Amino acid sequence: MTAVKKIRGFLRNMSDTNLLTSITVFVFIVMYLIAIFGLGEGFTKPQTLFNIMNANAALIILSCGLTLVMISGGIDISVGGVTALVSMCCAVHLDYQGGNVLTALLIALGIGLAFGLVQGYLIAYLEIQPFIVTLAGMFFARGLTTIVHTDPFNVQNEGFLKLKDIRINVPGLGSYNRHGAYIDAYVEIGVIVALVIVALMFVMLKWTRTGRSFYAVGGNRQSALMLGINVRRTTFLAHLTCGLLAGIGGFVYFMHVGSGSPSHASGEEMNAIASSIIGGTMLTGGVGNVFGTLFGVLALSLIKTIVSSIGLDQAWWKDITVAAMLCIFLIVQSVIVAVRKRIGVSASKQKTG
Amino acid sequence: MTAKPNRSGAGAFFAGLLRHQIMIPLAAMLLLTIFHLIVDRSFFSISLMHNVNGDPVLTGSIISVIDSGSELAILAIGMTLVTAASGGQDISVGAGIAISGSVILRVLCGTNPSPEHMQAPIIVAFLIGCLAAAACGAFNGALVAFFRLQPMVATLILFTAGRSIAAWVNNNRLPVVNDIEFKYFGGYIPGIPIPTPFLIAIVCFIVTWAMLKFTNIGLYAQAVGINEKTSRLNGLNPAVIKLTAYVILGLCVGVCGLIKTSRVGSINYSVIAKDIEMDAILAVALGGNALSGGKFSMSASVLGAYVIQYLTTTLYSLNVRPAAISAYKAVVVILLVVCSAPAVREKFSRLMKKARAGKPSGSAA
Repeated sequence: MTAVKKIRGFLRNMSDTNLLTSITVFVFIVMYLIAIFGLGEGFTKPQTLFNIMNANAALIILSCGLTLVMISGGIDISVGGVTALVSMCCAVHLDYQGGNVLTALLIALGIGLAFGLVQGYLIAYLEIQPFIVTLAGMFFARGLTTIVHTDPFNVQNEGFLKLKDIRINVPGLGSYNRHGAYIDAYVEIGVIVALVIVALMFVMLKWTRTGRSFYAVGGNRQSALMLGINVRRTTFLAHLTCGLLAGIGGFVYFMHVGSGSPSHASGEEMNAIASSIIGGTMLTGGVGNVFGTLFGVLALSLIKTIVSSIGLDQAWWKDITVAAMLCIFLIVQSVIVAVRKRIGVSASKQKTG
Repeated sequence: MTAKPNRSGAGAFFAGLLRHQIMIPLAAMLLLTIFHLIVDRSFFSISLMHNVNGDPVLTGSIISVIDSGSELAILAIGMTLVTAASGGQDISVGAGIAISGSVILRVLCGTNPSPEHMQAPIIVAFLIGCLAAAACGAFNGALVAFFRLQPMVATLILFTAGRSIAAWVNNNRLPVVNDIEFKYFGGYIPGIPIPTPFLIAIVCFIVTWAMLKFTNIGLYAQAVGINEKTSRLNGLNPAVIKLTAYVILGLCVGVCGLIKTSRVGSINYSVIAKDIEMDAILAVALGGNALSGGKFSMSASVLGAYVIQYLTTTLYSLNVRPAAISAYKAVVVILLVVCSAPAVREKFSRLMKKARAGKPSGSAA
């Protein structure tokens, strides 16, 4: 009895952010355990997890930016377009203009920063709806990508290929193949970048004044204004950071695929939004955590891997499963928040009564 | 000095006009028309020709605008209502069109992908397609109304899954309908030279207008959009009204599904009505409706939809590559939105005042 009470009290004292994040982490772990025991073999190798991370490093970075914007109460749907634009510009720069990797990286950062600056200014200081601004940003980026270059092509630049093929071995987690040879487990550079960004964002959101003001602005603009927080600057900063992260994410995406194409990263903005939501960020603002977002991305791609490995390999199953998962998460979140609100209201009534 | 009162009178007149919501799409349309008058007048030429069946049809750039802008206009009707009631937009309309189109073809073709004759009357297929689309709308509406999800997030679910569901309905085959009657809805009815989609859009507009005129749904939707709590205190049920708005949008999507599949007589799940949700939202925004809900003007939205199609056709006539059109569209949209932003308007009017106040003193000195 006391244990139940303790757990209930613990759950009640938890903030929305922590509760939603821990649900995501829990679901991810359960899913992975089911995959290990139900599907066996492949999933026991750490490399399977690392492959998921390799393929989704860019998505993790994009989702981090989106999480920040969503925490501050906005939305950014231009990240997929910016990713495509960055990879196309870098590809053209490397192959047709004889550029090197460093200038390509600078171009990527510049594009991201430019999008962040313009969109942030329009949203924060001219008070135009973020949805419309970033919708136009997405159209603009996608259109510009085809103007820069029409056809998809693979990059042949030597310096870039060298960078692309760098694999960082993870000691002690390798596995033996069929012939008994030991193969090291590896991750790509993008994963390291993504993890560093997650860590930086986590620290920033948790322990700095700027980080906390994002939550305040997202939670309640009016109260934040009364607390003396510069609401406009905070909104601007959120969109600026999101744009910058879209630039970095675009470069990481480019490093993973090694080609430029107008159809790159199509629908990536919706994947990023879905990952953030599954990771416990609420679109109403004020609730969320990049740590949860990391697990949101992993859970989303894990379920895709599971679906294709149990034989449902017709193309439509993947989308339908992802949508079903998103639906379940959204409903669970909304029910939890509603129940907690009711409990909160009843508790305050008891106090006053 | 004599010109001064005159100018202020004109200023007041323009200020009064500017306050009218329909001014924004009208101004955009005027700008485009002036542009065409200067650059290329052949844009406005309309000629009566005969198509392969010997029926009279009107052709010309303007006709193609009102033809291909019709789906957008029909969607804009539903989208305006959804925007007004729920303060958010439905981004699953493109996927919804894929689903309803797929259902219509499935009913028409049965199990055989390219039958000699249709397996069911068109009206039955259309009604079942509308039912499917309305069910999608009801799903979105239930998530928004009862689970209190943000509309964009709730519709993200069908946005992700919709095209896959559409492919699943027909088992990923591409059914083809060769019947000539089915082509009427996306082409021309014999004897009537006006494109049928435009006629359908007019019918939809009249039905909606009558609905807004003779029922209270428009007023209720505005009330819920402006302040949900107050509307509840006034005895409205916000959840039911939101749900109704989404179901109406679903019906609009069903009509669009019929037109879209009728145009080609077949369906391509990943391409049909692609990015139409973005255009529909832009139409609502261009119509001067607040995207955060509340007051709306249906005719401004419909006009906005046709203006967007006007812009697209203009860009095509300038030989812009289809894939690059979105970039130019984005620039135009941003310019329009920036000009109509309250912060910019305020600054502009202050500048005007300063200029007016500054001139006489300058002349005095």
